Amino acid sequence: MDLGFTFLLVANGILIGLMYALIALGFVLVYKATDAINFAQGEFVMAPGIVAAVVAGAANSFWLGAAVAVAAMIGFSFLLERTVLRPLLGRPVIAVIMATIGLAAILRGTLPMLFGTSPLPLALPLGDEPIEVGSLTLQPAQVAGAAVALSALVIFTWFFRSNRGGVAMRAMADDQQAASAMGVNVTRYFAFAWAMAGVVSALGGVMWGAMLGVDVQLALVGLKVFPVVILGGLDSIGGAVLGGLIVGVVENLAAGYIDPLVGGGTKDFAPYVLMVAALLIRPYGMFGTRRIERV
Amino acid sequence: MFHREAGVFKTTYAADMSLFPLPVARKAIAVICVLLVAFIPLVCSEYQLSQFNLIFIAVVGALGLNILVGYTGQISIGHGAFMSVGAYTAANLAVRLDLPFWITLPAGGLMAALIGAAVGVPSLRIKGLYLAITTLAAQLIIEWTINHVPFISGGTQVSIPVPKPSLFGFQFETQRELYFLLLLAAGVATIATLNLVRSRLGRAFVAIRDHDIAAEITGIDIFRYKLLAFAISSFYAGVTGVLYTYYLGIANYEQFQIDVSIDFLAMIIIGGLGSVLGPILGAAFVTLLPIFIRGLMQSMGGLLMNENTLAAVIPNLRLTLFGVAIILFLIVEPEGLNRLWRNSRNYFRFWPFSY
Repeated sequence: MDLGFTFLLVANGILIGLMYALIALGFVLVYKATDAINFAQGEFVMAPGIVAAVVAGAANSFWLGAAVAVAAMIGFSFLLERTVLRPLLGRPVIAVIMATIGLAAILRGTLPMLFGTSPLPLALPLGDEPIEVGSLTLQPAQVAGAAVALSALVIFTWFFRSNRGGVAMRAMADDQQAASAMGVNVTRYFAFAWAMAGVVSALGGVMWGAMLGVDVQLALVGLKVFPVVILGGLDSIGGAVLGGLIVGVVENLAAGYIDPLVGGGTKDFAPYVLMVAALLIRPYGMFGTRRIERV
Repeated sequence: MFHREAGVFKTTYAADMSLFPLPVARKAIAVICVLLVAFIPLVCSEYQLSQFNLIFIAVVGALGLNILVGYTGQISIGHGAFMSVGAYTAANLAVRLDLPFWITLPAGGLMAALIGAAVGVPSLRIKGLYLAITTLAAQLIIEWTINHVPFISGGTQVSIPVPKPSLFGFQFETQRELYFLLLLAAGVATIATLNLVRSRLGRAFVAIRDHDIAAEITGIDIFRYKLLAFAISSFYAGVTGVLYTYYLGIANYEQFQIDVSIDFLAMIIIGGLGSVLGPILGAAFVTLLPIFIRGLMQSMGGLLMNENTLAAVIPNLRLTLFGVAIILFLIVEPEGLNRLWRNSRNYFRFWPFSY
């Protein structure tokens, strides 16, 4: 085994893993506060990516593109919560799952109709000189993405620990009725939770778009969200980070060492195997709340 | 005034238990049967019959998924993969062992049932979201396995051509001939489902859906019945896969990817969960939606845009309207087309009086 090669795979895996954590954070925020499951997380990342690329291309300014994408996602999330998710409150799990799947179909159908299907470039204002750290060469887009992911994770950890709104959301997730009785405006915080998920997804969309280029295929990163959140625990931000890191490292190692043996595709496959194992052993994840429900 | 129940008195238990207790319903079913068997294949073109064929195939799968989701209350996002299991089993048997259609069809179903039951094992411990994600994982893992094991997939093309189906020495070649075969399959699936849901088994499923703990206390072995629900449902899925494979003449995993699982979930949501008529209506709706859109856009869209943009817009428009339909039905009419049909029927019961 070539140690340098392994080291490179792990380093890349950590950077990618942090970016997975950023996307998974969007999922966790919604689940933590509203108990809703977002199967459209991939499309939530794709949509702002496309918006950012279009605006950045038209105005020739990356920052404007990113700002517009974030703003658009906030507006969209509020609208979505009000029109689709609130009427579904208290309905079975499958109703919310199907609604978000429907939403995913709408986003995947509408955006190409509006902005065309060809992939759009979205360049970070960093240049593409690879960054050299010791013997490693890293892509600037990946490093920037990991940095954004880390800061978002720190901010939201603080938010849920110390901020009044964050505490209210935790209370809401624990027991909606009790929180409501203690004066928490539940519907308002529902909307806030979705908007926060929108912001995080927009950041994810911009960073992933900068790395991969922007088109409908960007939504496929959403498929990685499930292994990440199941491994980490559905309602834990720290779990999302650790889950993201594990998935990132495992898939990179798998792609590096198993792909040559079986002919490709292990990257998308390995995280799911890991996830099934996690589901069988610890379905609530490493840091998730343990809900005891005997069937 | 169409008060159908008036003047119908049941004097035996058999009459009370019959599938269609009302004479009106029996007549309506008879008329529908005559229409399907005699009228439609006579008047419709090959192209229109091919649409019917696709609907019949979808009906089998939707009925099966509905047994699991609508009646037993478990979620599966892996039915596309179960279909591919059936498809590749049948194709391999047909090509390698030269087995006839009447063996490969149930064999594909049984193999899918086996795999489906295995995927259903975690349903004892987990439910709701976790089950949804487990079945999603099953979908991806089965897809990957088929893709990467040449023994199953038949080499680099990942597809196996199969001969046209034949029964009792008769070869089904054209759409018109396939129509009768698939109509038979859809009919058998419908009657089997109708009988299943009113049997001991079906009532156990409903009990588990409505309250699993109460069901267990009543003496229903939850593990066994959940696995049975997965197995039966996957059997339907496997049969759907086999039918589709023979219909296309080729087994290909691309026909059974995750969007197919979602299509089938959409069928039963739009049609109405927990009914038999619902999945049939939903299958027709989802199958006809792209055809309807294409027809509409080809006749109207030319006014707004040129040929090339139109060709690019149609699949995206289909996806969008598909999503809109799912969300609309979930919010406005959670019980789906089946409920709409019942509402309109009830309206005419007392018509023209208000009550």
